[in-house]
Amino acid sequence: MRLKRLLSEKKSAVLRRWFDDIVETYPPDTSQFLKKQKNQFANPVGSTILQGIENIFDGLLKGLDKNEISPFLDNIIRIRAVQDFTPPQALSFIFLLKKIIRNEIAKEISDNELSEELLEFESEIDNLALISFDIYMQCREKLYEIKANEVKRMTFRLLQQANLLTEIKDEESDIKEHDFININTKGGS
Amino acid sequence: MAKLPTPEELAKIDLNPPEKDWMDTPADIKPGMFCWGAKGKNLKILDFPNARDWSPAEEDWKLPKDWEGTVLEAFADKLSKYRSFKIFMDVCVRCGACADKCHFFIGSGDPKNMPVLRAELMRSVYRKYFTNSGKVLGKLAGARELDLAVLKEWWYYFYQCTECRRCSVFCPYGIDTAEITMMAREFFNLLGLNIDWIAGPVANCYMKGNHLGLEPHTIKSSIEFFLDDIETVTGIKIEPTFNRKGAEILFVTPSGDLFADPGTYTAMGYLMLFHELGLDYTWSTYASEGGNFGFFTSNEMAKRLNSKIYAEAKRLGVKWILGGECGHMWRVLNQYMDTWNGPADFMEVPTSPITGTRFENARSTKMVHITEFTADLIKHGKLKLDPSRNDHLKVTYHDSCNTARGMGLLEEPRYVLKSVCNNFYEMPDNTIREQTFCCGSGTGLNASENMELRMKGGLPRANAVKHVRDQHGVNMLANVCAIDRATLKAAMEYWVPDVSVCGTHELLANALVMKGEKERTQDLRLEPLPGKEVKE
Repeated sequence: MRLKRLLSEKKSAVLRRWFDDIVETYPPDTSQFLKKQKNQFANPVGSTILQGIENIFDGLLKGLDKNEISPFLDNIIRIRAVQDFTPPQALSFIFLLKKIIRNEIAKEISDNELSEELLEFESEIDNLALISFDIYMQCREKLYEIKANEVKRMTFRLLQQANLLTEIKDEESDIKEHDFININTKGGS
Repeated sequence: MAKLPTPEELAKIDLNPPEKDWMDTPADIKPGMFCWGAKGKNLKILDFPNARDWSPAEEDWKLPKDWEGTVLEAFADKLSKYRSFKIFMDVCVRCGACADKCHFFIGSGDPKNMPVLRAELMRSVYRKYFTNSGKVLGKLAGARELDLAVLKEWWYYFYQCTECRRCSVFCPYGIDTAEITMMAREFFNLLGLNIDWIAGPVANCYMKGNHLGLEPHTIKSSIEFFLDDIETVTGIKIEPTFNRKGAEILFVTPSGDLFADPGTYTAMGYLMLFHELGLDYTWSTYASEGGNFGFFTSNEMAKRLNSKIYAEAKRLGVKWILGGECGHMWRVLNQYMDTWNGPADFMEVPTSPITGTRFENARSTKMVHITEFTADLIKHGKLKLDPSRNDHLKVTYHDSCNTARGMGLLEEPRYVLKSVCNNFYEMPDNTIREQTFCCGSGTGLNASENMELRMKGGLPRANAVKHVRDQHGVNMLANVCAIDRATLKAAMEYWVPDVSVCGTHELLANALVMKGEKERTQDLRLEPLPGKEVKE
């Protein structure tokens, strides 16, 4: 594909723009920090985005492989899913790529009649967005699951002591793993 | 029917900087970022002012009349009482060294979480009422009046600081932002603006001696549960004593470890170690809390809750006190207890009955951290250890903020861990020891309703854990803090799901070869030890 060849030549410019546009979704003081601090441990958000978009872009150029790309999407979305973003804002970074590409290679597209290839490439970006919805929801569901687990952990021993719990003594079922508990209402004190 | 927004509108992000200054941008109090307001009944038990039920999510915070006067009066009082506070209000030159050091700023990206700006929220009010330039020049001198929006902003952001003191490590003037947060929380306390996750445990502690409100028989029976599990794992029956007068040592630990996994396994570890040593010690069902959530309300309340420890030591007639694995507990014990409730001159300088080592560092407080005690035992070859029992674990160590920065406890936990595990890997230098990142949920912010905040705050720590997981296959995050054990579990579940969390003495007990024990086939979690599974 001519478009993909062109995009790989322009890779660094596209990624720079993409990174800048994403970090500018944060307040100005923050985006400055996200751009400047290069140490990945001092700046996990910036470095995750930087590393993530490069791998995502490479994935798109190679042809979208969900399994390969998902971890990098996950790293970025997992962060944005707990930050002060609405769901569309959290995932908008995917769509930013379309605009950046169009701006970056506008001239080449019209000169070389690449519109059709561009449409196809943009469909792949749309697929990326669909995968992202999935990841975003998993992250949000995980948060609620963690809340529920914390409450369970806090009350488990108390219930056990009050004789309100009996574990099912079955070697086959992995009680520990599944926190499978039976409320023994009759034996309560 | 309302008009549906277009996709462009939904995803619209303004890429231009806001036109308004931070001072003119009021805090937007968002769900997931704050903890529920303290219940009136808990405040009442503690004689805290303005006891009533209230909700931070509602417009009306049910503040007392002339709350501004109350705050300004308290402000003046603290300035005259604490020289450090006055200096911290005056001395900052806004060099920015602290700006990007806060885990909440790094994880949330909210500039008001930069320590310099968080402090500025308060300094601006200080200038207005306590400096001439501020009084005359007002906003030009960076001063602003205290109004309801400012109070809410304070509340929102000073409950987004865990007093971890990482920023203070980088401040050339040594400004301790934690102390600024403490002052803010003192002010909130006067207005009844506590959070329930703090006020509840404080009320429990005040009435029952521990945060969970466990009564003596419950403490005893929960420890008995551990004894059953220990017997299952080792075949050894342990019989600890409670409230025993004349014991040599009083053992005090956070109550959280008596109830919530994985802290419970750490508590089992203590029991096994003390049994193996034949230590002349006792548990107390009165001094049944090492932690001190009072520390997150007011100096006076922290002092009141702390007083039971020396009182109980005196009542029982012990020679010294041994303390379990905890974070803020040790900041209080190491830096405040002696001044508040000392001198503990009725006890002796702690001396290990096993090795004869005198803990000179605890000469004044008479209280020794358990990893100091255990590291000394190992150094003198007093424990028989089989670290291969932990071979299925690849362990890293998270320094608790309070033990690392508050008392310099850096080597002892590492020495213990390296002695009981064959696979130990450090996280990157700028995330450990004095520069350790907070778990994101300290100072009583480990509630569930503020989970987004906790996850943001936990990101820098989790990011470093992820690095050692990817590099070395680390699967266990050890620590010496009860809050870490509870909260890092959640942070790991979200950020690095294949890494578990444990206390240091859980791993020690797994490796501890006890006299008369049966062949171990399970660890303290009753999970099979690899290679030692029982064949059916």
